[in-house]
Amino acid sequence: MLQINEIEVYYGAIHALKKMSFEVEQGNIVTLIGANGAGKTTTLKTISGLLRPKNGSIIFNNQDITKTAPEKIVDLGISQVPEGRRVFSTMSVMENLEMGAYLRRDKKGIADDIENVFTRFPRLKERQKQMAGTLSGGEQQMLAIGRALMARPTLMLMDEPSMGLAPLLVKEIFSIIKEINERGTTILLVEQNAHMALSIAHQAYVIETGEIVLSGTAQELLNSDEVKKAYLGG
Amino acid sequence: MFWQQLLNGITLGSSYALIALGYTMVYGIVQLINFAHGEIYMFGAFAGLFLVTVVGLPIGWALLGAMAFCMLLGVVVERVAYRPLRGKSSRLSALISAIGVSIFLSTLMVIIAGTNPRNYPDIIKISNYQLGAVQFSSLQIIILIISAILMIGLELMVRRSRIGKAMRACSQDIEAAALMGINVNRVISFTFAVGSALAAAGGVMVAIYYNALWPYMGTMAGMKAFCAAVLGGIGSIPGAMVGGISLGIMEIMGVAYLSSSYKDAIAFAILILVLIIRPQGLLGQKIVKKV
Amino acid sequence: MDAVLSQYIDPYFLRIILIIGINIILALGLNLITGVTGQLSMGHAGFMSLGAYTSAILTMNYGVAFPTALLGGSLVAALFGFFIGLPTLRLQGDYLAMVTIGFAEIIRVFFLNFEPGGKAVGLSGIPQETTFLTVWGLVAVAVFLNARLLSSRTGRAFYAIREDEIAAESCGVNTTRLKVTAFVLGSFLGGLGGGLYAHYMFYIDPQVFNFTKSIELLNMVVLGGMGSIPGTILGAVLLTILPELLRVVAEYRLMFYGALLVILMIFRPNGLLGDVRIYDLKKRWGLGKNK
Repeated sequence: MLQINEIEVYYGAIHALKKMSFEVEQGNIVTLIGANGAGKTTTLKTISGLLRPKNGSIIFNNQDITKTAPEKIVDLGISQVPEGRRVFSTMSVMENLEMGAYLRRDKKGIADDIENVFTRFPRLKERQKQMAGTLSGGEQQMLAIGRALMARPTLMLMDEPSMGLAPLLVKEIFSIIKEINERGTTILLVEQNAHMALSIAHQAYVIETGEIVLSGTAQELLNSDEVKKAYLGG
Repeated sequence: MFWQQLLNGITLGSSYALIALGYTMVYGIVQLINFAHGEIYMFGAFAGLFLVTVVGLPIGWALLGAMAFCMLLGVVVERVAYRPLRGKSSRLSALISAIGVSIFLSTLMVIIAGTNPRNYPDIIKISNYQLGAVQFSSLQIIILIISAILMIGLELMVRRSRIGKAMRACSQDIEAAALMGINVNRVISFTFAVGSALAAAGGVMVAIYYNALWPYMGTMAGMKAFCAAVLGGIGSIPGAMVGGISLGIMEIMGVAYLSSSYKDAIAFAILILVLIIRPQGLLGQKIVKKV
Repeated sequence: MDAVLSQYIDPYFLRIILIIGINIILALGLNLITGVTGQLSMGHAGFMSLGAYTSAILTMNYGVAFPTALLGGSLVAALFGFFIGLPTLRLQGDYLAMVTIGFAEIIRVFFLNFEPGGKAVGLSGIPQETTFLTVWGLVAVAVFLNARLLSSRTGRAFYAIREDEIAAESCGVNTTRLKVTAFVLGSFLGGLGGGLYAHYMFYIDPQVFNFTKSIELLNMVVLGGMGSIPGTILGAVLLTILPELLRVVAEYRLMFYGALLVILMIFRPNGLLGDVRIYDLKKRWGLGKNK
């Protein structure tokens, strides 16, 4: 579904991604794990078109999207739940969801999908008129996920959905991610919480200073000594 | 006397408010003080004059024509002088580029129209009315009504329409907005267009009200309107309206009760005080330095 | 000396060479604030006017010797630089730009109403004390001290603030004190240039020190190279000579200034000799390593 071929990305003079390659197969949850600053967020931003790779290519459903504008990429079916949630804090919950469906014109479908989000996250329904900035961290994460779902993506990019959340909430969020995947959305999940990520993923890659250093099925990585030592705390 | 001055202050202030809206909307989205905005206002005044005297349009159509012309001008300025810098250069460079556009446009008008002040022909029949001690003209009423319509229209657009919501989303988090599928460049162009149209309306009305227009009229008016935007809280649309009208009142009151020789210093003194005491302005949110 | 020189050199050229010198001093001051430290100041003419008026009044009304008066004018300008520098600590770049404009405007309006300064008419009959030797002697001193400063630890910290204020702060650079220092030193040079100007021209009035003057000085720094001493000198030389060559087309000249700023920002945001980038980066990394 998505192929990343030897992309190189620079931030000014900093070489953030070095010939990175990996693949996301349709229907899977694929996770990229790695430490802070390894290049995980950069990778997702590059796929979404917010950053341009200097070399290499990104292929989505056999289409080259390396130089495609961010809004076109959303239109092709890739949406993102960005790091730190990034909800529109002075807009209401409802308006945030509407923004997620910005490119869609089917009023009926949008209304249905908002209902679906509310069924999945009843707390958001109660707060639909509230400003998003007044929600708790967990609620904002739910809103960010709901907002990304509003674009009806076939591939969803998720950047550290567990960041800053209490363990119980993290569990809840991860079971929601699994559920979204079971309903047919492919997921590329970036996480520092390697244990949680590997527990729901099918395929996994380990990224260090802008390079993929290890890859395999999630099970393989869970059992790998290197991963255990570096990312699973033992 | 007081009520009379208050009315005059509100009339002057509504023109500051119309210009301030453009500053505040653009600043909200791209964090740039669009220095050329005052010149757009000046071009609006001249475009209106051209449409009335040379083309022979009635004033209402000339006002709309001037707004349309400035929309285009605003979009072109953004394309040529700001967009190439966006994301690549520092904010300092963008600001300097904006100053360059401002100088370019005002001197362009000097070359086209010369430096002598001009004025609109007597196209509107102005009648004066008396209400108690307050004297007002039909022109003042028209200006206040048009300003109110424009501001209410803007507020509705930003609150309710799709593009309006996209503008708000961009002003809060431009990257997240792009991730929603919003074409950020288009929203920015649209913002420049709307802001420029409002400034043009202000330019035409001020030129008729004070019976004078000249190529450098935008420099001072633009800077003062920026002060008004800061006073109201930069980035806040209601703030620009409140700030503009407050500044108009303070200026007129300052001249009436203190001294007229310091008129042009009032706006800047307010600016400096606001920035020291309450940098987020009357209605703005706290300015947080992004790390 | 001047008399001797004028036997060999055309007085017109002598005059231009002298003005180049004064402009170099002024631009070096602005370069410290804007080019080196990255604090956009668009009111340098304000400091210039303080130095000019103070020193002129001292020599004319109080019979103070020229060097003392010159120093007095520079100190007054530096004092104001200190007070302008203070609030800037809390402000982001473009707000600061507006405050500096506001400050220069307030100063200008003040001198327009200032009795000992001759109000709008200005001061005339200022003794012509500024000579070729004083100007170029002071240029040499200013360049020497500037170069010393910029290669010192303090100088590196100035650059660090421009490149990334938050990073500089986290490296232990006291950005607060340094920004004020840059303002004080820069405005001192502004005042010095103003004093030299007043005692060369015989005559000053508030309009000499208007916004256009500030922009002209800013242009010198931007054109030559932000933060580079040779660049600033080149900018001052070019922008003093060019207008003389283009004197016939005065209006086009300003338009050219405006376009120049935009084009420079798009293609060479660091100016002609501003290729100090790699060098800056090295310094920045060097600074990072120390801590």
